[in-house]
Amino acid sequence: MTSLSVSGLAKRYAGAGQAALHGLDLTVESGSLTAILGPSGSGKTTVMKLVAGLIAPDAGDIRLGDRSILDLAPERRGIAMVFQNPLLFPHLTVAGNIGFGLRMRGLAAGQIASSVATMLDRVRLTGLGDRRPVQLSGGQQQRAALARALVLRPEVLLLDEPLSSLDPSLGDEMRQLIRDLQRETGITTLVVTHDQTEAVALADTIALLLDGRLAQVGPPETFYQRPATKAVARFFGGVNFIPGIARDGRFDCAFGPLHLPPGIGPGAGLLTIRPEALRFGPGPNQRGARIDAVTFLGTQSRIDLSVADANLQALVAPELARSLTPGSDVTISFPPEALWVLPSGG
Amino acid sequence: MRRDRLRRLAVLALALWMVLPILPLAVWSVAHGWRFPDVSPQDWSLRAWSFALSGRSGILQSFALTSFIALATTLLSALIGVPAGRALGLYRFRGKGLVTLFLLAPAVLPGIAVAFGLHGVFLRLGLAGTVTGVILAHLVPVLPYMTLVMAAVFSRFDPDLEAQARTLGATPWQTFRRVTLPAILPGLMTAMLFAFLVSWSQYLITLAIGGGRVQTLPLLLFSFASAGRNDITGAVGLLYILPGLLVLILTARQVTGRGAAMAEGLRP
Repeated sequence: MTSLSVSGLAKRYAGAGQAALHGLDLTVESGSLTAILGPSGSGKTTVMKLVAGLIAPDAGDIRLGDRSILDLAPERRGIAMVFQNPLLFPHLTVAGNIGFGLRMRGLAAGQIASSVATMLDRVRLTGLGDRRPVQLSGGQQQRAALARALVLRPEVLLLDEPLSSLDPSLGDEMRQLIRDLQRETGITTLVVTHDQTEAVALADTIALLLDGRLAQVGPPETFYQRPATKAVARFFGGVNFIPGIARDGRFDCAFGPLHLPPGIGPGAGLLTIRPEALRFGPGPNQRGARIDAVTFLGTQSRIDLSVADANLQALVAPELARSLTPGSDVTISFPPEALWVLPSGG
Repeated sequence: MRRDRLRRLAVLALALWMVLPILPLAVWSVAHGWRFPDVSPQDWSLRAWSFALSGRSGILQSFALTSFIALATTLLSALIGVPAGRALGLYRFRGKGLVTLFLLAPAVLPGIAVAFGLHGVFLRLGLAGTVTGVILAHLVPVLPYMTLVMAAVFSRFDPDLEAQARTLGATPWQTFRRVTLPAILPGLMTAMLFAFLVSWSQYLITLAIGGGRVQTLPLLLFSFASAGRNDITGAVGLLYILPGLLVLILTARQVTGRGAAMAEGLRP
């Protein structure tokens, strides 16, 4: 297997005022599943097209292992891409579609047929090889598209929003399938998505792209527990930001000093705590708070709180929310291990 | 029941509308003397046909030449019209309206203006009076049809299919051959059939550019008609209709019904 790395990758589309991508550096470790996460317009599809060779970068390099593939045509890169739409070729059968790449390589018909049959089983389309793409459901088409790429045993697999066109239950199934096939084959895989839950559930490593720049790279948990900037925290649903100064393991802010976990350096910053990490009831770092509003969100309820003129949001189980009435005073606590300090301004 | 009868009546009317004008030609081609007030000819004869189909009349050679010119024009127009139609159908670019206008211009310009304009140029290029010159001149009225039909076809084509093929290991040629061509083929066939017919029926341009040295079927037809040889005119006329009839039968399935194969690879 091979690692994929891009360095200084930049692209500006003709006529566009702003560059789609500003000097991206990113390495997808060999055999890993990395997700590029970003809102629409963040340049993530541009990264895909650049890596696949469908467009040329203005600057930078793309490497498989230690060999640059920048000058290679798309068909010679050893990279297979699955687009957001299944894009099955309508004039071919499902088997014809899955065997397309092998046929382009000039493999013998018998060899193609057996590879295709194996692949059909792997994506649970057994017996549907003779169908036309239009006779398949959306989920089946997406699986056929995945099979069509995987059957080539590419060095790198690119998946562009693989779950976004599926409804939620099919999305779960597809996510599991992608995970399983990726683990089995060990193909270095790069996924692009705008959906953070999709990225978190799918990837070993997430690269968050905001405005064409890499905001943070790391395992999924770090984006919740150790976001690099306020923008990163906000993208992952962070809502509580309290300005203040960290010193001697404490954070001085409008709530008075709060105890911090070890390992946070001194200086001015923004204290942040996940809305689901706020505790109701006494504990370390406890404070009095007033409940402003309770909003039922289905699986969770959102509690709007005022603490010493600052506003906070908490997410709690609906059963707990029933005991909280707007206008009442409660005690909340900030568990030190759930606190994190962001650089101020960013 | 009544709707059924109405439909049958409509079909009959349509058939008559198309067949009736051909009928006198057919009768003329086998008539031996047919004076004005009579409803049918005095006598029947296959003389006109045996003359038309014999080598010495030059009619079969003319049929072959006309076919060759129409075929060459069609292929050339496809070579130009497919990429041009692709650009017009898939991409937005500055001056697209102007390009479309220029492409349409030959279709609205009077043929006689085009013919004499071209004649001067072709004379200097040594193309006047040659088959090559006639083919190039035929491209003028043919290209707008080809390009605009292909533009319509490509506007429903998803170019991501090509990108997908490339990332699956297909070379640009394989991509065209295995993905693009199957998707545009029904539209391309229709455009080519019409291109063939437009070239096949050129009279003025052929006359002006060919200078009488390139005797296509319409020219021959006209000279027999003006010489008062109604029987031979009838026979040549029937031969002349042949490709049009074939095209009608071949395309009927594609231009009607569910758009038939048009759906392949194209967005609705």
